[in-house]
Amino acid sequence: MSLAFDANRWWPAPLLPRQDGRDLALLFVVAALSFLAGLSAMGALAGARAAQGWRTELVGSATLVVRAQGADTADEAAARAAEVVSGVKGVAEARALDAAKAQALIAPWIGAGALPADLPTPRLVAVDLDRKAPATGADLARALKAAGVDADVDDHSRWSAQIMRAGASVEIAAAGLFALILAVLGAVVAFATRQGLTSRHDLVEALHLAGATDGFIARLFQARFSRAAAQASLAGAVLAAIAVASVKVATGGDEQLTALMPIAWADLLAPAPFPVLGALVAAVTARLTAMSVLAARP
Amino acid sequence: MSRKPNVPPIDVPDSYPAQAAVRFEGVSMRYGREPEVFRDIAFELERGSFHFLTGASGSGKSTLLKLIYLSEQATRGRIEIFGEDLALLRRKDRPVMRRRIGVVFQEFRLLDHLNVFDNAALAPRIAGRRPSDYRGDVADLLAWVGLGDRMHAMPPALSGGEKQRLAIARAVINRPEILLADEPTGNVDEAMALRILRLFMELNRVGATVLIASHDRDLVARSGMPVLHLEGGRLAQRGGFDPEEAQ
Repeated sequence: MSLAFDANRWWPAPLLPRQDGRDLALLFVVAALSFLAGLSAMGALAGARAAQGWRTELVGSATLVVRAQGADTADEAAARAAEVVSGVKGVAEARALDAAKAQALIAPWIGAGALPADLPTPRLVAVDLDRKAPATGADLARALKAAGVDADVDDHSRWSAQIMRAGASVEIAAAGLFALILAVLGAVVAFATRQGLTSRHDLVEALHLAGATDGFIARLFQARFSRAAAQASLAGAVLAAIAVASVKVATGGDEQLTALMPIAWADLLAPAPFPVLGALVAAVTARLTAMSVLAARP
Repeated sequence: MSRKPNVPPIDVPDSYPAQAAVRFEGVSMRYGREPEVFRDIAFELERGSFHFLTGASGSGKSTLLKLIYLSEQATRGRIEIFGEDLALLRRKDRPVMRRRIGVVFQEFRLLDHLNVFDNAALAPRIAGRRPSDYRGDVADLLAWVGLGDRMHAMPPALSGGEKQRLAIARAVINRPEILLADEPTGNVDEAMALRILRLFMELNRVGATVLIASHDRDLVARSGMPVLHLEGGRLAQRGGFDPEEAQ
């Protein structure tokens, strides 16, 4: 017989038996939920950043479609339109695009080389707006009308609104998914608590007979499941961060993918609060469930 | 070698000095839509008394004990423990009442993941006492029941008699005023049954009100203690205090 001092012999053992197979299943489910929540959170952040970037690009510019009027040629009308809007407050720069560029823009629809030389194609003017205090489409239209230039102003507001709506939809979907994951976590913990109280009926009765209050017994399950949820959430969050970091590293050189999903290194911290959040949800759910089950007993 | 210290007396409060420890008035019990287990039971257990509860299997002995240790609620009638009507006892006060009652089961109901010491220390631990405060009491009690050298053993490694003595230690560590036992000698040999009976009598001597459900006729006869007998859903008293005679 070993004479070595064994602290575990004198340290009171946990009143709830140590983790068994059922707890491992719970750990796996919570870790998987945390992993999915981590992906959705980081995806939502990157999606929001992409939408914001596209919108910034769009609201930072406008396009004028200029038609020749009177004795002016199309090129002259475009040059005059560029000159007029250059003087509008909130415009950084305006430049008329030559006929070749205008034709290149419509070539995808009617085919290259199919345009007759004398086709009166409208001229385009690209306008770069002041990013800090951009001029509005109405400002530009007013200035052009005052100068007698026949032009339509496209300030990209239609696209910008759509992109913002799409960005907001991504955020709402991510928030909904996150709420759903939290609800599933709560349901899983509630099920595990109920199952734990049922399968450990003898233990619960022994504790009751020894004078334990419902709150005391509920606290045992609360502590067990909140600790398990914290550990599993941490594992899931770390795996999600590793997965997203791997995607970022693997697609780092691909400009199109990076533009579509601009992941920042800081985004990897998004799942950091998950262990605390998971523990909190598990603790509240386990306590409410246990108190409800125990209240049904005599 | 285990020592046998003097058993400390039960701390019986001064309040309700004249009231019975247990009082049943017209108590009936049924589970769901099943036939009544028993009906219109009436009896009293005086403080410090020792009774056996006998009856055939299924006569309701365990159910009667469950009503006393608040594991079931009577379908009809009035049950008083220390003068308190259990039907009026608030849920938050039930644990306090349970701490005044110790229960021993035939199948022991020990917690297999806790060692002997932790099983015996369950009640003080739940009561929030620090290990340093109850360690001595638990060690003394385990020595008294003959398990002083088995404190770190796990229940599955114990014999039937050792398990039952541990169950008794666990039930009495809080010095309960009422000690209930449901067939405590059902899983032990005759010699161990006598030893366990002596433990109960010793606890009764220091003030505990004892009620033992048993079908062990020899044990009941040897003890010479009064008997409550359940038969056909009715209760009869043989010897000892009889409330009907008292009236």
